[in-house]
Amino acid sequence: MSRFNWLAEYLARLEEQRVSVRSGDAACLSPAHCLFLDAEDWGKAARVAAESGFRWAGIWGDPVAEGIVIRAALVQGGDYLVLVTEVPLKNPLIASHTPPFPAANRMERHLQDLLGIGFLDHPDDRRWTRHQAWPEGRYPLRTDFPVAGESQRRTPADSDYPFVQVLGSGVYEIPVGPVHAGIIEPGHFRFQAVGEEVLQLEAHLGYVHKGIEKIAVGRDPVGLARLAGRVSGDTTVAHTWAACMAMERAAGVVVPARGLVIRAVLAERERIANHLGDIGAICNDVGFAFAQLQFSRLREQWLRDNQSVFGHRLLMDCIVPGGVGCDLGDQHKAALQSSFGVLSRELDDLLPILDDHSSLEDRLVSTGTFCATDAKRLGVLGYLGKASGQDYDVRRDHGYAPYDELEVASPCRDEGDVAARLQIRADEIRDSLQLLDRLLQRLPTGPVGLPWPDLSKPQRPAVGLGVVEGWRGEIISYVRFDAHGRVARFFPRDPSWFSWPALEQLIRDNIVPDFPVCNKSINGSYSGQDL
Amino acid sequence: MLRILKKIWRTGTLTEAAPRDSELEALGQQLKRHIDRRFRGSLAIRQVDAGSCNGCELEIHALNNPYYDIERFGVHFVASPRHADALLVTGPVSRHMETALRRTWMATPSPKFVIAAGSCACDGGEFGISYASCGAVENVIPVDVKIPGCPPTPQDLLQGILAALSQK
Repeated sequence: MSRFNWLAEYLARLEEQRVSVRSGDAACLSPAHCLFLDAEDWGKAARVAAESGFRWAGIWGDPVAEGIVIRAALVQGGDYLVLVTEVPLKNPLIASHTPPFPAANRMERHLQDLLGIGFLDHPDDRRWTRHQAWPEGRYPLRTDFPVAGESQRRTPADSDYPFVQVLGSGVYEIPVGPVHAGIIEPGHFRFQAVGEEVLQLEAHLGYVHKGIEKIAVGRDPVGLARLAGRVSGDTTVAHTWAACMAMERAAGVVVPARGLVIRAVLAERERIANHLGDIGAICNDVGFAFAQLQFSRLREQWLRDNQSVFGHRLLMDCIVPGGVGCDLGDQHKAALQSSFGVLSRELDDLLPILDDHSSLEDRLVSTGTFCATDAKRLGVLGYLGKASGQDYDVRRDHGYAPYDELEVASPCRDEGDVAARLQIRADEIRDSLQLLDRLLQRLPTGPVGLPWPDLSKPQRPAVGLGVVEGWRGEIISYVRFDAHGRVARFFPRDPSWFSWPALEQLIRDNIVPDFPVCNKSINGSYSGQDL
Repeated sequence: MLRILKKIWRTGTLTEAAPRDSELEALGQQLKRHIDRRFRGSLAIRQVDAGSCNGCELEIHALNNPYYDIERFGVHFVASPRHADALLVTGPVSRHMETALRRTWMATPSPKFVIAAGSCACDGGEFGISYASCGAVENVIPVDVKIPGCPPTPQDLLQGILAALSQK
């Protein structure tokens, strides 16, 4: 496969638009390609990228001595392009990527709240992650902001967030949250409705902002891996993997083959566990308790196997920098292999029941429909994207080890409704079971990890980018080490950044009582987005 | 429909006995007596995520699966703090949830008790205290019982809730 065969054309188009690329670098964030731009060309480069059909995948800032380095990730055909520029700390203004890429909206506002970068031409200049824990004009990610904060007084409720209101006869508002009715994460939803129909939904998130990016600074690799494993507890494997991949690339550590295969086993197990839980929960939200009980039973068995083989039900801290912290003996391997057949037979029983159940079909088909155009515009990923025609899977299209040696199947549909998102999950479980089987068959011998290079010796400051396919879709992780091998900057980009805006879009014209099932069918992470 | 009934019949009952520890079995019986006497057979818990990574929520959810079936002890999760006898709080308390947690606690009628579930809720865990986090739940509202673990397993949670009741 020829990589970056589109790059020359993009560069030519930039030149046509008089964008001067100061330099390119294929090494510093390899396998991503970096392009260094002047700050005034930032918006133009994004417009050209949008016209060329690139997907926008994230933006993050990195404070350095007198300025802030800003990086934005773009994806084309499985290749990652990182645009880089620098703005002065005294006047950190830059063009917004939101006009050509609506997906950039909230991440830019996050950067505005945490680093004080002003985005020109941003269609929405409201705060996003900042509530009342620090004042306007103070920026927690800047180096002069103490990690402990500047005020110890109680943090008041964020009661005056300026929601967009719909006016008209019969329109009413339903405020929901942050404390929700179920056992779920906190966030606020503001519905504008007429009768049962939702006219507009707006989410106000940031309630579980825990300062992850700030408290990562100064950690050693093991500490960062632990923190990454708690960015979103349901995605602990994939976030830890992405962070470790970034650190390993920065430090030039090559994980042994056996360690990589075990990482993939852990990641597929995480995908299956979450999908099992979600399928049951989606059915439960339309009152089909049978499926909830059956699938929660399968999930519990799966988690118990995790506990007995890997020592943790959710597989937290199994991945460590340089490899994995757990090995897989022959006995365990055989036990796992036989459990795949058991799960597969259970699915043979259960999935046809779901398929043929007319009341389920009545509630799930054509509910919460998300069309391919919107899906592309908002850059959604994982099962949400795959159910709406966005055929992208990092394992298949970007090919990182050990998946680059396997044929990875990835389902794709175009109905875009709740039923399609459920079906994609079911298909992904089947595909992951096959992958697991093949991974275990080819489990290489040798060590599962390498010791991390000595941190005491001064080394060159290094950066790394990790990209993996989590169960919700692509995860990007950026790490910069300082001269002592400690973390100077960490940014984990969860796919949920893109799924929350999608929820607001697809709930329109649905009825309020269908909100739980629409929400569950997307199942965005609050914690992964709030950081 | 027949297939559903067949599957239910073939699956059978999976619910496991409370941990087979004689001490805990005694605790379980005590618990049932406590709940019967003090809570008229039903203990209502309101779960509050005050900043967790969602790991604890997954395991709290598992308490309702057929293996643990916490409702058989008379314990059930309710949608409002106004209906609750106890709060089960997870996460380090993020500063953005500080007031919401305090208000939830105030909305819970007395006598009430608070269980902090998970390492973060017990002592701040991986996140500690920072500009964004108040750390442990007891830094914000009074806590009666702590259940450590990252996350605590359903078994840990079950034992912790039983222990909380036997103290009351």
